[in-house]
Amino acid sequence: MRPIESFEVPAPPRVNYINAQYGLKSWLLTKDHKRIALLYLGSITFFFFIGGLYALMIRLELLTPQGDLLQSTTYNKVFTQHGIIMIFFFLIPSIPATLGNFLIPMMIGAKDLAFPRINLLSWYIYLLGGVITIYALLAGGVDTGWTFYTPFSTTFSNSYVVATGLGIFINGFSSILTGLNFIVTIHTMRAPGMTWFRMPLFLWSHYATSLIMILGTPVVAITILLLAFERVARVGIFDPALGGDPVLFQHLFWFYSHPAVYIMVLPSMGVISELIANFSRKNIFGYSFVAFSSLAIAVFGFLVWGHHLFVTSQSVYAGMIFSFLSFAVAIPSAIKVFNWTATLYRSSISYDTPMLYALGFIGLFTVGGMTGLFLASLATDVHLSDTYFVVAHFHYIMVGGALMGYLGGLHYWWPKIAGRMYPEGWGRFSALIIFVGFNLTFLPQFIAGYLGMPRRYHAYPPEFQVFNVLSTAGASILGFGMLIPAIYFVWSMRYGKHAESNPWHLPGLEWRTQSPPPTENFEVTPIVTWEAYEFAPREETEVVGKFRPELERI
Amino acid sequence: MSEHIVSVRVYITIFLVLLVGTALTVLAAFIDFPWRLNTIVALTIAVVKATFVVLYFMHVRYSSRLVWVIVASALFWMGILFALTFSDYLTRDWISTQTG
Ligand code: HEM
Ligand SMILES: [Cu+2]
Repeated sequence: MRPIESFEVPAPPRVNYINAQYGLKSWLLTKDHKRIALLYLGSITFFFFIGGLYALMIRLELLTPQGDLLQSTTYNKVFTQHGIIMIFFFLIPSIPATLGNFLIPMMIGAKDLAFPRINLLSWYIYLLGGVITIYALLAGGVDTGWTFYTPFSTTFSNSYVVATGLGIFINGFSSILTGLNFIVTIHTMRAPGMTWFRMPLFLWSHYATSLIMILGTPVVAITILLLAFERVARVGIFDPALGGDPVLFQHLFWFYSHPAVYIMVLPSMGVISELIANFSRKNIFGYSFVAFSSLAIAVFGFLVWGHHLFVTSQSVYAGMIFSFLSFAVAIPSAIKVFNWTATLYRSSISYDTPMLYALGFIGLFTVGGMTGLFLASLATDVHLSDTYFVVAHFHYIMVGGALMGYLGGLHYWWPKIAGRMYPEGWGRFSALIIFVGFNLTFLPQFIAGYLGMPRRYHAYPPEFQVFNVLSTAGASILGFGMLIPAIYFVWSMRYGKHAESNPWHLPGLEWRTQSPPPTENFEVTPIVTWEAYEFAPREETEVVGKFRPELERI
Repeated sequence: MSEHIVSVRVYITIFLVLLVGTALTVLAAFIDFPWRLNTIVALTIAVVKATFVVLYFMHVRYSSRLVWVIVASALFWMGILFALTFSDYLTRDWISTQTG
């Protein structure tokens, strides 16, 4: 409720980060982390759309067993480009560069990230990488699979491998700079009283993600460079005909790319921790376990890459080590899932749109993670490797997990970002459509893969058609479901209800400033005297369901 | 920021050291050492050169302890890459396959 006085004294016009300055230049040269987050939001949405078009072509082709829509070479390009765009230009930057950029300073009570100019630079680098990649796609595309396996990529492929590689190489630096910025910011810019263990879990997961970005990305950059050397100058590194070893490429590639799957899913786990705690209005169960499991995932995630090489000439002894370590990395993931579930227990849950996404995440990520264990077992992987089972596995994690977290987070913080509410009814409706569409798309792929349908072919034996028809139908529902938020987010920027500064009635710092926030985030630097997710006065924190009255939902 | 000023002489000395290292690498390439020494010699020279670059050109020698920790952790990480990759390469022929 607004105090009565505000009707008598006309409030001064509210200046916020969006209306503080106008004009294209004020956006393109901005150093405000919030504006940069919006620049990223626009650009990753663009790439998501392109990646989505490729997905549409894949699903249309697979509707029938014959290769009637695309030729095999075109199909190779289509799935390759789908993967490259979605992974490197959408999923990896998605949550960190938008929500992370926007919220990390706000959640620790800072005015900006530690290096605002480097932040802007990272966006330009991302764009440069994107433009080069798009050039490669338009010039003729690339057909190696997103994994660029040698010696096909270095010797046999006639597509734009080097140009695409250059795009990804450059884009990697944007990711490194973002990670660097986050780490320094979290170390040095926390507001007075914001100790490490008072930080919202979103920050812990971004800290862990940043570590992976910094430690892993240089390796993939060098790998791409070596690939280009071999392709252009015929230096023998990976191609056996030149004295190289193709499995070496896979080692180097997956040293980055397995951790990279955690770059995609860890930020999402951070969002989910926020949503679960805040929408069940209860402190997260086992805060420090959830926090440290992020770091554990970041570290152990680096030790398991060999599970992608089980069916290569990798030594079986190495395979045994990697299989064991892969099982070990499932533990910190499971800790999170159990702690989220325990948080829900006897809490007061509200089923707003973000929470629907969070609950969806828990289920879908669990399916994705558990099927990962099938693949991490040496014997079952021989049967499942390179089938649609693998495709279903990683989509359960990357779409069911990472994307759901992204959408949930976008809804949750939208009032803060845009200063407007999204339409709640439509939000819930589309969340359900997306959930149904997603499962219809990818559940049949598990079965098709288990029965032996290989991935990456444009034609397949007719007995698999039923699964593919189901999958294409599901993908249509999923695509339709995602158009709804795309429309209402844009709509709400102009017509949505004005958001209060704290529409969900939560204790987090980002909710203690106006919506949208002013350029400097907080008028006075906040002093933090409370724990994260403190919904009840200290002495009552154990009493489940008893909250501070002023934080009670209306 | 307190920048340590490195004299031009140091830079030139290091540059010369690197040139000598390069010459040694080329020289070593013409000699066929026994066993696996070819690789070991080449890598040793390369590591020595890289160390000079890191210590002097990248100023790590004059930097704070924190920077040393960062360098050490990066090396440790590279150690993981090497160790687990070699867990493959060094054990490949422990088992003999029937098909060969
Ligand atoms: C619970 C831990 C996980 C385990 C044990 C696991 C295990 C595996 C294994 C063994 C494979 C190789 C299958 C094969 O090619 O035969 C695989 C593939 C894959 N996984 Fe996972 N996974 C886990 C979590 C994740 C996560 C969190 C993501 C993404 C965010 C992910 C993304 C992928 C991708 C992209 C591939 C396929 C790569 C390709 O060949 O194109 N996985 N997973
Ligand atoms: Cu993996």
